[in-house]
Amino acid sequence: MRAGFVTKEVLNGLRRNITLTIAVVITVAISLSLLGVGLLANSQVRVMKDYWYDKIEVSIFLCGQLSDSPTCSGGPVTAEQRAQIESDLKTLPIVANVYYESQAEAFARFKERFKGTALVDNVTADQLPESYRVKLKDPKQFAIVQSAFSGRPGIDSVQDQRTILDKFFKLLGVLRDGALAIGLISVLTAALLISNTLRIAAFNRRRETGVMRLVGASNFSIQLPFLLEGLISAIIGWGIATGILAALKSLVDARVAPLLTFTNFFGWADVWNASLLLLLTGLVVSAIASFLTLRKYLKV
Amino acid sequence: MIRCENVAKTYSKQDRPALDSVTLEVAKGEFVFLVGQSGSGKSTFLRLIIREEKVTSGRMFVAGKDLSTLSQWKVPEFRRGIGTVFQDYRLLPNKTVSENVAFAMQIVGAAPKEIAREVPEVLELVGLDDYGHRMPAELSGGEQQRVAIARAFINKPQILIADEPTGNLDPTMSVGIMKLLDRINRTGTTVVMATHDDKIVDQMRKRVIELENGIVVRDQVRGIYGYSG
Repeated sequence: MRAGFVTKEVLNGLRRNITLTIAVVITVAISLSLLGVGLLANSQVRVMKDYWYDKIEVSIFLCGQLSDSPTCSGGPVTAEQRAQIESDLKTLPIVANVYYESQAEAFARFKERFKGTALVDNVTADQLPESYRVKLKDPKQFAIVQSAFSGRPGIDSVQDQRTILDKFFKLLGVLRDGALAIGLISVLTAALLISNTLRIAAFNRRRETGVMRLVGASNFSIQLPFLLEGLISAIIGWGIATGILAALKSLVDARVAPLLTFTNFFGWADVWNASLLLLLTGLVVSAIASFLTLRKYLKV
Repeated sequence: MIRCENVAKTYSKQDRPALDSVTLEVAKGEFVFLVGQSGSGKSTFLRLIIREEKVTSGRMFVAGKDLSTLSQWKVPEFRRGIGTVFQDYRLLPNKTVSENVAFAMQIVGAAPKEIAREVPEVLELVGLDDYGHRMPAELSGGEQQRVAIARAFINKPQILIADEPTGNLDPTMSVGIMKLLDRINRTGTTVVMATHDDKIVDQMRKRVIELENGIVVRDQVRGIYGYSG
């Protein structure tokens, strides 16, 4: 068949079933948007992880006056112990950099944090522990630091800030998985609607397809107009979904980002990547749904 | 052109065969009437010829193809060599007469130039020169059947199958259709026509094959309708 003839047949088909075409376009648009939101949620979690894991540290608190853990039974950390700890830290290959916080600095930070409360007046600098703030190249490798340093004389405790964040990210992960699941389910709904629509279209046009068969049209050329109708609806729906995601991104940039300054947000690249994935999903799902339906309802 | 060797067809869920041990041959350029009461197997026979159904047993050769071994994906190509006409015309109501005829060429991928040349020619052949822009609903039954014949003939088939083409037409119109089929037959096209119209069969004096309960009971050169039913 010629391209011009096929185009005419496809446009005719879309026009004749205009209400169903609109239903398919809207369903595809909504389901792909939902899936897209799930994908962007995924990007957002990744961006936040990058942002926060980049800032978290491992704190190694040294023994001070008030420390009562067994490793501090020898009293406050000695100068040799401190020097040994520092040089050990610096030779550890997973450590990115080490920052020493003295008692005076800890006290300054403490005063800043509890400004205006009675606590500030009751605490003196020598009551606060000095510490090493250790930045790891890969924050997941905390266990190595812990096994190397905790329990060592002169060290009170080794703390990983990541454990605090992990709970937060677990929660975000659940939300993200939920969004993705809803997206996938609605894509399935769209697939079923496409399949149903094509079944109705095949029934409406059984005269045409019957004549096509009689004059010796191949299976492929009988099915092609239907397949293209499904794909075109899917592509229009995808265009709308991409528009919705872009609008969402603009909204986040304009309204949400200025309020939530503690994190970065997903970028335009994430939107385009999600859009590309949605296009693939839309095309593949529509093609599979069409193929399975037409094979059943348009037999030679 | 058509050769049957012991052809039988039993539809699934039925015990009695619709066709049983049919052995016959139709030569190129022949005109054959297929007669018999409803349910005698005429339609089944025609459906086997256009490979809408597969034979249950026996062998069937049509237009040089062995239909019992023809693979499914080659069926469309095979059908392009056969024109089909039905009692109910089967025109597309939302296409003009020209478009209906052109459809058969578009399906097989003919060039627009070729279509523009051939469609008026074949419309002239069936006597509808000026009807190209009309819609099927504006035409009489006889005219619609002429359009259907034009569509069946435009790809120059070797065989034309007609399943009661005059079944819905009055006698005058029927005569016109028969003249047209006769003219197509004279171009060398083999015509197989199933019919209930005794007057036409008696008038034309062509070969008559009569089926009864799926069995060929009569095969007569220059035959007559021959039974009252």
